Amino acid sequence: MTDSGSTDPTRIPSLPEVFLKRTFSLINSTSDRNSLSLVCKDWYNYERLTRRHVSIRNCYAVSPEIVAARFPAIRSVSLKGKPRFSDFNLVPEEWGADVQPWLSVFVTAYPLLEELRLKRMSVCDDSLEFLAMNFDAFKALSMLSCDGFSTIGLEAIATHCKNLTELDIQENGVADVGGDWLGFFPENLTSLEVLNFANLGNEVSFDVLESLVSRSKSLRVLKVNQKVSLDQLRKLLVLAPQLTELGTGTFSGDLVSSSVNELESAFSKCGNLQTLSGFWDPSLLYIPALYPVCGGLTFLNLSYSVLGADELEQILTHCKRLTRLWVLDTVGDKGLEAVGSHCPLLEELRVYPDDPLDQQSGVSESGLVAVSNGCPKLHYILYFCQRMTNAAVVTVAQNCPDFTHFRLCIMKPHEPDYLTNEPMDEAFGAIVKTCVNLQRLSVSGLLTDLAFEYIGKYAKNLETLSVAFAGNSDAGMEYVMRGCPKLKRLEIRDCPFGDSALLSGLSQCESMRSLWMSACNLTMNGCKKLAQEKAMLNVEVIKDEDGDDSLANKVYVYRTVAGPRKDAPPFVVTL
Amino acid sequence: MSSISLKQHHNNMLSSQKMDQTKTTHNQDLNFKATELRLGLPGSESPERTTMKNMVAGAKRGFLEVDFVKNGEFFGEKKNHDSSKQPSDQDSVAASKAQVVGWPPIRSFRKNSMAAKHTKNEDDPKEETGSNCVYVKVSMDGAPYLRKVDLKMYSSYSDLSSALEKMFSSFTLGQYGANGVPARKWSSESPLMGLLNGSEYVLTYEDKDGDLMLVGDVPWDMFTGSCKRMRIMKSSDAIGLGKS
Repeated sequence: MTDSGSTDPTRIPSLPEVFLKRTFSLINSTSDRNSLSLVCKDWYNYERLTRRHVSIRNCYAVSPEIVAARFPAIRSVSLKGKPRFSDFNLVPEEWGADVQPWLSVFVTAYPLLEELRLKRMSVCDDSLEFLAMNFDAFKALSMLSCDGFSTIGLEAIATHCKNLTELDIQENGVADVGGDWLGFFPENLTSLEVLNFANLGNEVSFDVLESLVSRSKSLRVLKVNQKVSLDQLRKLLVLAPQLTELGTGTFSGDLVSSSVNELESAFSKCGNLQTLSGFWDPSLLYIPALYPVCGGLTFLNLSYSVLGADELEQILTHCKRLTRLWVLDTVGDKGLEAVGSHCPLLEELRVYPDDPLDQQSGVSESGLVAVSNGCPKLHYILYFCQRMTNAAVVTVAQNCPDFTHFRLCIMKPHEPDYLTNEPMDEAFGAIVKTCVNLQRLSVSGLLTDLAFEYIGKYAKNLETLSVAFAGNSDAGMEYVMRGCPKLKRLEIRDCPFGDSALLSGLSQCESMRSLWMSACNLTMNGCKKLAQEKAMLNVEVIKDEDGDDSLANKVYVYRTVAGPRKDAPPFVVTL
Repeated sequence: MSSISLKQHHNNMLSSQKMDQTKTTHNQDLNFKATELRLGLPGSESPERTTMKNMVAGAKRGFLEVDFVKNGEFFGEKKNHDSSKQPSDQDSVAASKAQVVGWPPIRSFRKNSMAAKHTKNEDDPKEETGSNCVYVKVSMDGAPYLRKVDLKMYSSYSDLSSALEKMFSSFTLGQYGANGVPARKWSSESPLMGLLNGSEYVLTYEDKDGDLMLVGDVPWDMFTGSCKRMRIMKSSDAIGLGKS
């Protein structure tokens, strides 16, 4: 640094570069590192030279070249692409978020890349092959909600990644073209720690799988697909009792070559199991085989299992240490009462709908209240229901003031409090008033501008807000834009918010990561205005095939240092 | 009381078909429970609430998209470009069958998995050959053997009745109606009328609950979903079936 002889008390004493770099290299938290980089130019440099992992939450906010220029020593990248509403078919195919441009830069900038975690990216087989063949040190690939690839791409990964420790393909649009991709793992590959192929459709050769599991002594996560039978599962458990996470596949059919006792015995040897998932079509007969491991479980994912209240209760009586539980709404309110009774340590609950169109089934407000009564540590809830009341949510907020994530989806749009027929404003008002740590909120039901006034007034830590079929006027959105300083991601669909709402949060837009608005009242002129005011934003309109050209039906706004997209398809117009 | 006249029976079948056409433009997920009697919850389906919806929507355009997409999508209200026009009840019914893209917000993967599970489970009670066939036995009083039909082969009651008539015509050859006139096989109105002309026979079926029902009362899709077997009954045995 400069003269270390200065006696000015405000000067930061200079520390040896070696010391700083060494210290910084031990710091993993990204937010800590971001803070370090702001102290002074030297610290900015030491930080960037020692950073090993980078998380890019919007692949168009920055270019791969800029990333590579700033951080030369990266070994692990996590990359997110499409707006979240693409999960619900609101973003046309061919929109973008292709991973290849990133790989093409990484091949020269990060030849020693070890980990790649992708979410909502477009990944083609050629890219997977490119990845496999060009990065000799590559170890871990994880893809969630991606699309564009098939099992052929997986063959390439299996063939060429000599040091693979992790292959995790969950909930992707992957085409299973058959063939035996698993068989492409060489016999001498023994480094696997994580293997998740739970949602591939076709059968894999069991001999190959068995051999792979058998020689992978470090395997801790194994999630198989529905084609693996109970007998086969048992055999795998015997080979891998060290597992910490297990995806059971279908867990149905009949045990042919062994008995329930043998299955139970296999489970009982798995003393490290903390997470169970799968259970696509569980045979109730064999559920008791799980009991030996239930006591140690922290995360149980039954969100694909059609279970009733009693069946769930039977299982939960053994699962006292559960902190995370995902279920289908077939368990009903009675099943949720059981959750409240048996899972006092519960922190996260997700209740998914079995049949969204069936208005008579599912869960209601009483189930939610029951859980909140029994689980004071609850801080994350995702709840799909057909009906709800304000009073219930007020009670829930009082019972569980520590909510960080409150995602309530009343499935029928504009559904009011079904007892009072009033809007659900007070429900969400109670949540934002009481739960001061709230980071993420999804609202639903009949909502007026008052709900948004509450959010703007009280939700000072809110980072993500999802809104659908709500509000009366621009004022609603304006409350939020002006009132929530920490808002990073705002996604809105089918609300009567127009141009003035969009323009009301000009200062906010720059500190936000992204804004999505579809089927609202935006016009091209309004969007153009926003684009003109804020050069650091990309204001993109996704054009309808037929539709009024002056209206902007789907608008995606995000901050970027990379300028307008160079790969935008013809239906994406950057203003 | 006595069994309904053929004409009433015929009219019932035709009107069921008409209802089919207006109600089930997207008939993949016709909910069997849709016509079950149940207490409406306060505020559900009431015209007042529809009005409130329009007020909340406000401004220039309607607030829901209408899009004909995949299974499992929620049914929502149609776009109202003129928000001052209140939809009539009948419009609401038709409009409520329009689908809303991407709502409720469930990932495609999960939606497809659950949809696959549902089609699989619905076929369980009946015999099937694995690829969505619905075979049910058809018996006819007095016939020496039964027949089996795949309900999925037919798209309407008239299709089915015409097929049944061809199947069972050999048993009615030589049968005479109540008034002594030979049974006409090819009726211009309804093929089944030919078989049943003279009120000799009535077409009935056994539903999911094991009850004996008159064929033609419910919409076609609901029938194929709930029919377990059919029986061509002598009308003298069918006293008490059907509407008065």
